[in-house]
Amino acid sequence: MNLSKIFKNALVVVMFGLIVTACATKKSVKTTETKTTKAAETVQKADPIEKLDALMQGDVYIGSDTVGELASGVPDRVFFATNETILTTASRETLRKQAAWLRQNSEVTVVVEGHADERGTREYNLALGERRANAAKDYLMTYGVSSDRIKVLSYGKERPVDSGSNPLSWSKNRRSVTVKAN
Amino acid sequence: MKKKLIFIFIFFAILKPSVGFSLVEIDITRGNLDPMPISVSPFFSDENTNVKIKNNINIENLGLEISKIIENNLEKTGLFDAIEKEAFLQKPDIAHLKPRFEDWALIKSQVLITGKVTSKIINDKDYINIEFKLWDVLGAKMVDGFSLTTTPRSWRRVGHKISDKVYERLTGENGYFDTRIIYVAEEGPKTQRVKKLALMDQDGFNTKYITLGNELVLTPRFNPANDKEITYMSYFRNMPRVYIVNLQTGEQKVVGDFRGMTFAPRFSPDGKKLIMSLAKDGNSEIWVRDLETNIQEKLTDHPSIDTSPSYSPDGKFITFNSDRSGYQQIYVMRSDGSKVKRISFGKGIYGTPVWSPRGDLIAFTKLHKGKFFIGVMRTDGSGERLLTENFYQEAPSWSPNGRIIIFYRETKTNDEGKGFSAKLWSIDLTGYNERLVKTETDASDPSWSSLLGN
Repeated sequence: MNLSKIFKNALVVVMFGLIVTACATKKSVKTTETKTTKAAETVQKADPIEKLDALMQGDVYIGSDTVGELASGVPDRVFFATNETILTTASRETLRKQAAWLRQNSEVTVVVEGHADERGTREYNLALGERRANAAKDYLMTYGVSSDRIKVLSYGKERPVDSGSNPLSWSKNRRSVTVKAN
Repeated sequence: MKKKLIFIFIFFAILKPSVGFSLVEIDITRGNLDPMPISVSPFFSDENTNVKIKNNINIENLGLEISKIIENNLEKTGLFDAIEKEAFLQKPDIAHLKPRFEDWALIKSQVLITGKVTSKIINDKDYINIEFKLWDVLGAKMVDGFSLTTTPRSWRRVGHKISDKVYERLTGENGYFDTRIIYVAEEGPKTQRVKKLALMDQDGFNTKYITLGNELVLTPRFNPANDKEITYMSYFRNMPRVYIVNLQTGEQKVVGDFRGMTFAPRFSPDGKKLIMSLAKDGNSEIWVRDLETNIQEKLTDHPSIDTSPSYSPDGKFITFNSDRSGYQQIYVMRSDGSKVKRISFGKGIYGTPVWSPRGDLIAFTKLHKGKFFIGVMRTDGSGERLLTENFYQEAPSWSPNGRIIIFYRETKTNDEGKGFSAKLWSIDLTGYNERLVKTETDASDPSWSSLLGN
């Protein structure tokens, strides 16, 4: 996780360098003044891309926007790649935290809500949401939470948290959320 | 694509049996060629009738209103062009008795529809009798007509029945105007949509809301054998389940006794069975439940997602979508679950297959390169034709005559996440005549009824 983040950041820096140099080479025909302003502009333009990179890995959301807490220090949700139900390393870490907290609070029961983004047909997405919620449920069970404490509920694409129509919004909507039921 | 279309038209034209009819005739398979000019004279009624109808249903000129229903229905097919009433030279009452054909030919009308409304009292109750005649202007003769008696409140349906008769007579195809559409009415922000079941006449009138919006409801579908019955999915008590509703009595029952979520329901063509998906432990399979014996049976057995099943009109086959190949694709199997065969092999992913009531085509949704398409293919997967492309659209449903597909389309939101809407649209099988279907609220998941019974 950390390693890959470092690698990513390094990549961004390298790419930056490339953009700036490319720009600089082009502009070298013109005056040096325009060169610096242009370079500055390039940095500004590149900024949203860098931001997106920090929020998505592949197309899995890794940011903290919309993430609530099941309990103090325990994130309530995990995110998925398009059409996928595989749990990422980060998702497994979150679910282990949830499981640990649930083991300590044995009276609590939960509903795992599975969701999909808007880029699929309604019925398929209902099935996909159910699959995602069960992936999370199975992992919680592996870490010692008994199945009768976990209900699964798929909402398909019916309850997005982000109403945007872009890859970042969709990545936030592909999720399973663990909600206290009592 | 264009070439393919032309080829198919010719193919149809050769196969199509010639309609035994003298002069006026429309070849429906041509798409949007010159629409036929048609005149719908306001239906005539006497003063006594007018007063009675005004008292009964508070409508000033029922005869005019009925003529407008017919005009609107026929114009929306794209096959007819209604001539402005101001151009008419002959009065409605005289035209209905015996048109002066030269007058109608003069304004370039090929077809004339006339009619008469008369109030009637049967067993102390008010009724209306509506008579209609269809005239061939060039042939100078009456070619069809009927008379029927009904309660004043059903007046719109009379307009639809007349439209059906005219359409059938002039195109040789079954009509589809005396029908209803059940759909999901939507309101509120995208992240918290309130959804209700809604029922309306095919032309957007007489909207009734079947649920209150307290729980999420999805995918209503008519029973093709009984227009008083629908099936749908509801999140009542946070337990997503398939229900059947009787639209007349309001009686509602959950279908089957399943652990897990049931969804994607559809009736068999005879209305005696229900197919649906059951999602349990991360796997969705297709089940069938016999509504008479209450025996339920699993039809698919695969760790992939199997859903969106739809019967062939003879009930012998079921088409559905599955991601067993890695992505959503369309499959056909026998209705006992045997002989599963993949039929979609084009680029992209394919879903929501729905068998045409004629049996020869399957309508579907396709996602390719970030765009959604509604298309049709033959039941072996050949002859794929894409009818319409957009940012997001899905859920095709066939008109009962298999000529038109209704579906819903959602808009892309802007950078602030605003501007979302969901609307019903219809398109001809030819790929022409795409139209917004007007609804009181935003709308999705349409299902078209069969021609209404009595």
